[in-house]
Formats: sequence, C-alpha cells, structure tokens
Amino acid sequence: MLSAFYNIAPEHKLRVIAPDVGGGFGSKIYIYPEEMVALWASKKVNRPVKWTGDRSEAFLTDAHGRDHVSKAEIAFDKDNKILGLRVKTHANFGAYMSLFSSAVPTYLYATLLSGQYVIPAIYAEVIGVYTNTTPVDAYRGAGRPEASYLLERMMETAARQLKVDPTELRKKNFINQFPYQTPVIMAYDVGDFHASIDAAMKAIDYAGFPARKAKAKASGKLRGIGVSCYIEACGIAPSKAVGSLGAGVGLWESAEIRVNPVGTIEVLTGSHSHGQGHETTFCQIIAERLGVPISQVSIVHGDTDKVQFGMGTYGSRSIAVGGAAIVKAMEKVEAKAKKIAAHALEASESDIVIENGEFKVTGTDKAIALPMVALAAYTAHNLPDGMEPGLKETAFYDPTNFTFPAGAYICELEVDPGTGKTTFVDFVAADDFGRLINPMIVEGQVHGGLAQGIGQALLEGAVYDDTGQLVTASFMDYTMPRADDLPSFQLSHTTTLCPGNPLGVKGCGEAGAIGASAAVINAITDAIGNNKLEMPATPDRVWHAIHG
Amino acid sequence: MYETNYHRASSIDDAVAQFGRGAESKFLSGGQTLLPVMKQRLAAPSDVIDVAKIKDMVGIDVSGDTVTIKAATTHYDVAQSDAVQKAIPALANLASMIGDPAVRYRGTIGGSLANNDPAADYPAAVLALGATIKTNKRSITADDFFKGLFTTALEDGEIITQVAFPIPAKAGYAKFPNPASRFALTGVFVAKTKSGDVRVTATGASQSGVMRVGPIEQALKANWAASALDSVTIAASGLLADIHGSADYRANLVKVMGQRAVTAAG
Amino acid sequence: MSTVKLTVNGRAVSVDVEDRTLLVHLLRENLNLTGTHVGCDTSQCGACVVHVDGRAVKSCTMLAGQAAGSNVTTIEGLAKGDELHPMQAAFRDNHGLQCGYCTPGMIMSAVDIVHRHGGKLDEETVRHELEGNICRCTGYHNIVKAVLDAAGRMKVAQAAE
Repeated sequence: MLSAFYNIAPEHKLRVIAPDVGGGFGSKIYIYPEEMVALWASKKVNRPVKWTGDRSEAFLTDAHGRDHVSKAEIAFDKDNKILGLRVKTHANFGAYMSLFSSAVPTYLYATLLSGQYVIPAIYAEVIGVYTNTTPVDAYRGAGRPEASYLLERMMETAARQLKVDPTELRKKNFINQFPYQTPVIMAYDVGDFHASIDAAMKAIDYAGFPARKAKAKASGKLRGIGVSCYIEACGIAPSKAVGSLGAGVGLWESAEIRVNPVGTIEVLTGSHSHGQGHETTFCQIIAERLGVPISQVSIVHGDTDKVQFGMGTYGSRSIAVGGAAIVKAMEKVEAKAKKIAAHALEASESDIVIENGEFKVTGTDKAIALPMVALAAYTAHNLPDGMEPGLKETAFYDPTNFTFPAGAYICELEVDPGTGKTTFVDFVAADDFGRLINPMIVEGQVHGGLAQGIGQALLEGAVYDDTGQLVTASFMDYTMPRADDLPSFQLSHTTTLCPGNPLGVKGCGEAGAIGASAAVINAITDAIGNNKLEMPATPDRVWHAIHG
Repeated sequence: MYETNYHRASSIDDAVAQFGRGAESKFLSGGQTLLPVMKQRLAAPSDVIDVAKIKDMVGIDVSGDTVTIKAATTHYDVAQSDAVQKAIPALANLASMIGDPAVRYRGTIGGSLANNDPAADYPAAVLALGATIKTNKRSITADDFFKGLFTTALEDGEIITQVAFPIPAKAGYAKFPNPASRFALTGVFVAKTKSGDVRVTATGASQSGVMRVGPIEQALKANWAASALDSVTIAASGLLADIHGSADYRANLVKVMGQRAVTAAG
Repeated sequence: MSTVKLTVNGRAVSVDVEDRTLLVHLLRENLNLTGTHVGCDTSQCGACVVHVDGRAVKSCTMLAGQAAGSNVTTIEGLAKGDELHPMQAAFRDNHGLQCGYCTPGMIMSAVDIVHRHGGKLDEETVRHELEGNICRCTGYHNIVKAVLDAAGRMKVAQAAE
C-alpha cells in the first residue's frame, strides 16, 4: 500500500516488520499520516526515525467507528409476518476519506439488513456525510453491528407494539430454508437460527424471567431481559465481488508451507496475528492433518521480507480465508510428499495415507516418517524422475462466498431507579461459527467482542463539544469497560458447517461486538418501560429515561 | 513532561527550605495527581520536593476523641488501619474507594487535600467531620480551608503536616463514581457529631468544589433516617454538568447518595 | 541528571537519569526491561504496574527518583528461572491474554490482589480489584478466571513451602 499508492519507496526496497503490536479491532488497518511522515523524515535526515503516539493522541487521530443516525420503518401482515423494511441512514465519514469509510455504512451495512429474517422487501438509503470529526472507519464488525442493532431494536419494538413475545416474533420470521437469497445481495449458505435462540433461551431460563422480574421489583430494582439475533457476513471476501463494487484490491489470502529438511514445518501467512491466536489455531490445523506434535510447527507472520504478499486480518477472515489458504498449500505439500514416499516405499501413490506423522502404505506395515520424506526431498538423491527438489508450497485462496456466522444473545440486567445504573445479572451467547478448531480461542474472541458490544451500549462514545473539541480524549472521560462493568458470560455453540471453504469454518472475531449492543438496550428499555434510549446508555441517560 | 529537579526532603523543615530555593517549587507526596498533570504539561514546576519519606509525615494516631492522620499517609494505609476502621469506619471506607488499588498505595491524604480536586473524596470527609488541617505554620479549620476548585487556604510554601478528625457519633459515605475516571461523579458524606450537630457534604457535584448540603442537614437534624430525605429537593443551579452527568442528574445523586450514606452510617 | 540506585528483580542497579524520568522509562529504556508497558497517559490503564517494595503501583506515575532505594519487581522478575509464577501459568492455562499488551500489568496487579486477600477471593472482589487495569481484548472473563485459579495455586504453593 505504501509503495503502490503513496510512492513512499519501491516495493522491493520497503520492509515492514510488525510483530506484537497490541490489539487492532480495525484501527490498525489504515495507513496514518504519521507513518508516512516518519518514513519521509528518515529519508530526509538519513537516520532511523522513531515515532510514538500517546493515548490522548490516539483518541484524537485513530479512526473512530459507528456514527449513524437512522430512521427505520417495518411492516407486518396480520399474522405478524414481516412485509418490508425501510431504512434511511446518515453515516458520518468524519473530516477526511479513510480506507473503508464509504464501504462500511453501505456494502457492509445495508447488505445485512435482512438479518435472520424473511423480509420480502427492503429499502435502504444511506447518505454519507463529511463532518469535522476524526475519520470514521471500520471498527470490529464494521457496518454489521449497525445493521444488526437497527434490525434487532426494530424487532423488539415491534414485538412490544404487537404485544407478542419478542422471541416468538423472531421465530415466526426466521429463514428456515438454505441457501437463501436476501433482497440485499447476500446469499446465506447455511444456518439454523432456531437452534441458537433455543439454546440461549434455555441457558438463561427465559421462561422463569417474569418471576425473577417480580422478585427484583420487590427489592426496588427494575429488571429487564433483551434478545438479539445477529447474522454477519464474514470471511471477507470474494475478490470478484469486491472488484465489482469498486475495491482497489482483491481480498484473497496467501500461505506458504515450508517443510524443513528435518521435518519441522514453518507456515508463512498473510493473516497477521495480534491477539487472535493464529500461532495456535493455524499450527493445530497442520499438526492435526499430519499427526505431528504442535511443537513441530511454527507460524511466521508480520514481516514483508519473510512472508509472501498477503491481505491481513480483519472482517473475521483469518480462519475462513487465511486458514483455507493454509489448507490449500498443505494439500500441495502432501501431494508431493506422498509421491516421494511412494517412490521410497516402492508403492503406488494412491495407497499412501498420512497417520501420526508417517506416510504409510495402506494395509501394510510399510511406512516412512515425515522427517525422512523431507530429508529425501532436499537431498534429492532419490526422487521420482523429473521431480523438483524441496518441500515448500504456496497457495492463494480466494473465497467463493462470504461466510455467515449467526447466533442469539440474551441479556438480563437490573437498573437502579435511583441512579440509572445498570448491573448485569446474566449474559448468554449461543453462536454458530461452523467448525471450531480451538474452542478456547473462539470463546476468548466472543468474550472480547461481547465486551465491546456492551461497552458501546453502555459506556463508550466519542463526544465533541460545541467548538469541535474532542472531549473524550483520555481515559479520564472515555469510558473503557473495566472488569467490574461486565459480567461473566455463558457461552454455547450450535453448528452448521460452512459449505464454502475446506475447513467448514465461519469466523468468530466480530460476532460478540455485532450482536451484544441490541441485547443490552433491549433489556434496559424492557426494564424501564421506555423504548426511547440512545447509546451509550449512561446512568444519566437511563435515569432521565425513567424520570423524564 | 517538562524538565524538573527532584529533591527528597529529610524533614519537614528541610522540605520547606528546599521549596524556598526553587523558582517554582511544588511539594510531591504520592504524585498520583501531580505527576499525571505534569505529564500532560499542564504543570511545570521547576522543582519537586518529595515529602513522602519524611518520618514525621506518615502515621495514624487515635487518642481521646480525635483521629490524627499525618499528611503523607497513603489511602491504602488509612483504609486498612484498624484504628480508623474502629473510630471512623466511614473514613476508612472512603479511603478504600479512592482511585484504584495502585493509586491507593501511592496517593496520600495531604496531597489530596492540598490539590482540592472538585471530584476528590477526602474533602467531603474533612468538611463533613469538621476536621482541622495542620500545617507547618498553623491550624486551619475545614470550614476555612476549601476555597473553590483546586484552591485552598494554603499559602505558597506552606505544607500540610497532619489532619485531625473529631470522632463523630455517626458517619457514612456513599459515592457514585464517574464511570470513566472513577473520581466521584457525586459523593456524599453525612456526619452526626457527638454534640448532636449534623454536617453533610457533597463532592463532585458543585461548580465550586466540595460543599455543605443545607437541605439534607436540616432534614437529618429533624430525623436521622434515609427516609427523612424523601421530601428534600436539591437545586440543580450551581452544580457541575458534563458528559457524565447533567446538573439535574447530579442534584438527584446528591439526594440518593445522601440517603445511602445515612443508611451506611446506621 | 541524578544517579538513582535501586534494586530491580533482585539486582542492584545504578542509573543516571534526568530528574523528570518516570520509573517506567528507567525500566524500559535504561534497563531494557520492556515487559512493563505504557498504555495511557492518565494513570488509568495499569499496563505499567510493577511492585515497589512489595506494593503494586503504576510505574508511569512515579518518578525514578521516588523509587531510589526501593526494591522493584517487574514482570521479568516474577518467574523462577524457567518455572512460571502460578499467576503467569494460570493466565496461560485459562487463555487470560490475547494481544498481551495489558498482561504484564494485569499479572502484577493480580499477584498483589491475591497477596492482600489470600484465598478469600471471589469473582466480585477480583472484578472490583482489577478496576485499575484495562483490557480491550478479553472482556476480562478469562482474566478473572485466571486470577481465581491462581489464588488457589498460590495458596497450595504457600502451604507447600
């Protein structure tokens, strides 16, 4: 990017090394002016230049997220089936165009407005607005949280006005047949929305809520419950599709697998890891395929002189796109290794199976271990005629469709009518991410996403004063969720395998941030009996919503 | 941070002498406010005089009807002190709510009072309990000490050495923290003296810093009970308004925290 | 400039620094102990927490001079050789970290929390006590789990000693 679009240096002279860089959440996708100024200054004085941004600077200049004002209408027939949805949204871009500014509130927002429901007609009009704020761009979920929030607030509001249970109204309108073509471009491949909501309702004892609410009332607390059923389009993205929408790049991913002469394996990936645990999950994929210990495998990322061209980590794409690229490269490695093994064992290539780190002739006890195959590949003393030495393969994987993680979140909370303070009682999440490679890492991603969605609902927001000064320019005023603001989460998983990629995976990085906010606001408005409430629902706002 | 000269004082006299030698000196105790302010370049003292390790500046003493806390005693040590917990539990409780654990290990009562942040916790206790602030020069009553936002009766080079709290008959503190900074969005301290007088203060609420809350004092004088505040109305005029709390919300908090403080006081 | 003498992770050190130097900068830049991080500029995030004379404090809010003569322990000084401190082990086993930026400060604070509360910790206490440490990745769920797990391990370790 720096080379192609900013002419900062020829690409082969430019090396970017980004090891552990702290979390990202979208804000590190972009090239910021300071980065170019540092490079320019270095060239000018012919010395290394270090630039450090402090926290207050970051608040002021890192891209912000999610600044929409929307008006929405939804129509139901007499059987409470949705007839149509009409949405008009003003989306703030900030003062300058940022990388995805225009794509986030359009392609990643309006295309998700069908949610989990059959909605025969959807009209969405988005007006992008330049203002004098910090640029607004992709932040964990990017457009999809905005869509999910709008639709799930509409469903909850509709249920209250129609006087039906909000879970019943949702179930009545769920998409049950897959694949399903929505009226807003997306073609959902697979899903089971009933399974998610049923799991969430069971986990929170939905049926027992009225009794709990009555009990809370007796002790002076307002208790509420809120549901949110989200769907997201992840595994971003088929290059053809984004090309047709005007993107300047393709959104495939690359992988290179190097089997070293001693049999250890290095995986070079363009999916940078900054907390997502790729070092574990990607190694697991390889180790499981070959039946070797995970310690034999290592991941190389974050250095442009080591790793082939890659597209990066965002849009919950690492496993669905980057992981698929690794599988594709592995298939090539395995095919070549089988040929070498067959040659060495004097067997037919089609009889070779891989088990416990060995290449075996099926039905016999003849076997050759991976390190010996690797050594043979590099000594090249005895390879099949015409075979190139070495055991290293590269693959570029371009997805054929988005993936569609989906789930149901239910939140139960109490509001203190004296102060407007919200306290969580329970938060359950039932997600369908397809196949889980490493459940512990997946759950960690959900926890973090939920915290961001809850933070957005209750605490966080960029505020400017009348003169355009950012008031929330430090942690003194920007309310970051702390440990005592959040509950422990109850997680569960239902599974429909994604048919679009070789791993059957959907991605899990953004789900929590996409689904949580609506559940929280639905619960607070349920508790206080006033549906008019803006995010963040600070104690002051909630208190005013109760008392006027 | 701009350049500065650091001096560690060995005694109160030494601290005062060192202070006088700098062009624009500041006393440094725990530094939990001064250092962040210096880092933001909102303060640039030529010299900082560290008083935290002066022996005469640290310690807690309870004798007769008075709890005396020396100025460089940390919030943690006040919160943990058996003597304070026994004599004025509300004061130990207040100290346990300041900042966060790491801040409480460093921050001190003298530093907090000298700074007089309008959202700090200690001023509420000092004013409600009618404490006396002792300096290297004189004794100042709480009523005379607080002079508005970040302003006190302290003169240049005058250093707080200790704070003497008369032990009350009853006292309680309730704090609604600012969700971001964890300072008091509004904190209310209620105290009933042994002679039967009632003093109630609020911090974080007023545009002029810590304040007495007359309507609550009157209600509690008549009837020391949380329910006595049900009919009290707190005026929003003169109260702080920011992104975390409007003036009418803070007015409500003064009342609600007042009720909870009475409940806590028993 | 002043010469600051202190003990860091059991080693006596003497460092010449400007008087305005913060303890965290002495550790990171003079001693190359970069495990201690700086995550904010208003003393709130806790990424810089170290132990000074056994108490967990924010090293970004302490001048190097204030630490003169003190005994400082950083995240680098917590493990015994290759053997992780029980808190570090619990963070690893419970997936209590993702990007790792807040982790050193979290662990130093958490060790202090267990020291103060002993085995009497519950979830609510841990959450309240972590008030001065901010994490953007984990939603705190697994951090809280790790601290409770470590509290048990530290109790067992203490009993064994």
